[in-house]
Amino acid sequence: MVMSIHWFYYAAPQNFFRLSARLWPWCAGLAGVLAVIGLWLGLVVAPIDAQQGEGYRIIFVHVPASWMSMVVYLAMGFWSVLGLTFKTRLSGMMTQALAPTGAIFAALSLWTGALWGKPMWGTWWVWDARLTSELILFFLYVGFIALTSAIDDVKRAERAGALISIVGCINVPIIYFSVKWWNTLHQGASVSLTQSPSMARLMLWAMLLMALSFWAYTVAIVFYRVRSLILQRERESQWLKRWFDQAQAPKANGI
Amino acid sequence: MSVFWSLVQRDLLLALRRRTEVLTGLFFMVIVASLFPLAIGPEMDFLRRMAPGILWIGALLSSLLSLPRLFEADYLDGTLEQLVLLPSNLALNVGAKMTSHWLLSGLPLVVLAPLLGLQFDLSADLALSLMLTLLMGTPILTSLGAIGAALTLGVRGGSVLLSLLVLPLMTPVLVFGAGALEAQMGGLGIQAHLSLLLAMMLASVALSPLACAMAVRLSLE
Repeated sequence: MVMSIHWFYYAAPQNFFRLSARLWPWCAGLAGVLAVIGLWLGLVVAPIDAQQGEGYRIIFVHVPASWMSMVVYLAMGFWSVLGLTFKTRLSGMMTQALAPTGAIFAALSLWTGALWGKPMWGTWWVWDARLTSELILFFLYVGFIALTSAIDDVKRAERAGALISIVGCINVPIIYFSVKWWNTLHQGASVSLTQSPSMARLMLWAMLLMALSFWAYTVAIVFYRVRSLILQRERESQWLKRWFDQAQAPKANGI
Repeated sequence: MSVFWSLVQRDLLLALRRRTEVLTGLFFMVIVASLFPLAIGPEMDFLRRMAPGILWIGALLSSLLSLPRLFEADYLDGTLEQLVLLPSNLALNVGAKMTSHWLLSGLPLVVLAPLLGLQFDLSADLALSLMLTLLMGTPILTSLGAIGAALTLGVRGGSVLLSLLVLPLMTPVLVFGAGALEAQMGGLGIQAHLSLLLAMMLASVALSPLACAMAVRLSLE
């Protein structure tokens, strides 16, 4: 039974192009719906926090953004391993497409962290362990994007990016723990950014919904980006030329 | 194994013929270490506290400066392709290049750092710890940096890109290396830091030649 599954069916750009055309609008819609519900729960319904007042509500964006930045980095590592092992073109495109989204989430996490920090501790930045390791993650993303855009040859760029993202993935736990150690030794502030008081169920639900919404958004935007990359790189192939012709022709069966 | 040592010997011989390249890296560290007091003021108490961080960052930046040269000369005259074509394992050959690079730019930093520590009134036992931590940290810098150097071979703006790639990966080394000295200044033992540094060094020295060999093959296509 397992052998009859064609594992690499969607590794062909043509098949993935068709799949992503159907999937991305639904994912975008799901992201929108979940975001509306999550934000309504978080901003309107959830109770005021005993210690932090209204300002804590930024966590409904901050925490899901941090989670997604880490998940996206792991996803990049996964596709890099796959791409280097099986030499599939699409894996490289997925890694390339994931990078900007991950970088944006990391930047958003840093920015919302600063926005949270100002009312809480009076400074725009604290060298908290998690914020600092998020900053280093942001640097890792920027490094990946810089490397892949500096190399002109597409294949070499993707494989170099794959290598650096795998090295980064291996190092991320080491970096995280070393920064955590660094922070606990120099600990000044007594309240950790993420050591929130026991969360009301409602707040947790709102955060989970926002995380799922960000996840759906990531899938939608990455699929869309991969479609753009396919259009760029496969423009000489027959199936894409036929698709263009069909798209020009009045209302053929939609691909 | 003789291929390994003959490659190391070759690199050392070539470097001896161009001594300036090696020495400029060392002088860069001297200058950086002198720039910090000029920027933050000459108060000795303040400088004494900051000395481990300053010296470690100086060593880090100086290593970064010399990293692009690891493969560049060989890449430009075609020797790197010959290195890939050698019957011996490419990881070993690349490891030989890393070894010679460390001998030329890492080891002198280890010796130089305590001398610079005198400028910051570093006590003798702190200077010894500084040497130990640098001795374990500089091979990590060389081996991880070599992966970056191989990936950015022949790329426009490669050396700055190399720094951008390598510096985030170096943060654990910096944290534990400088942190060891801070701990010692605070009266705590440094064994934990040294153990972690040693572990990171062994892991990176063992594993990065493999990644670097892959990167070299990638860049030569």
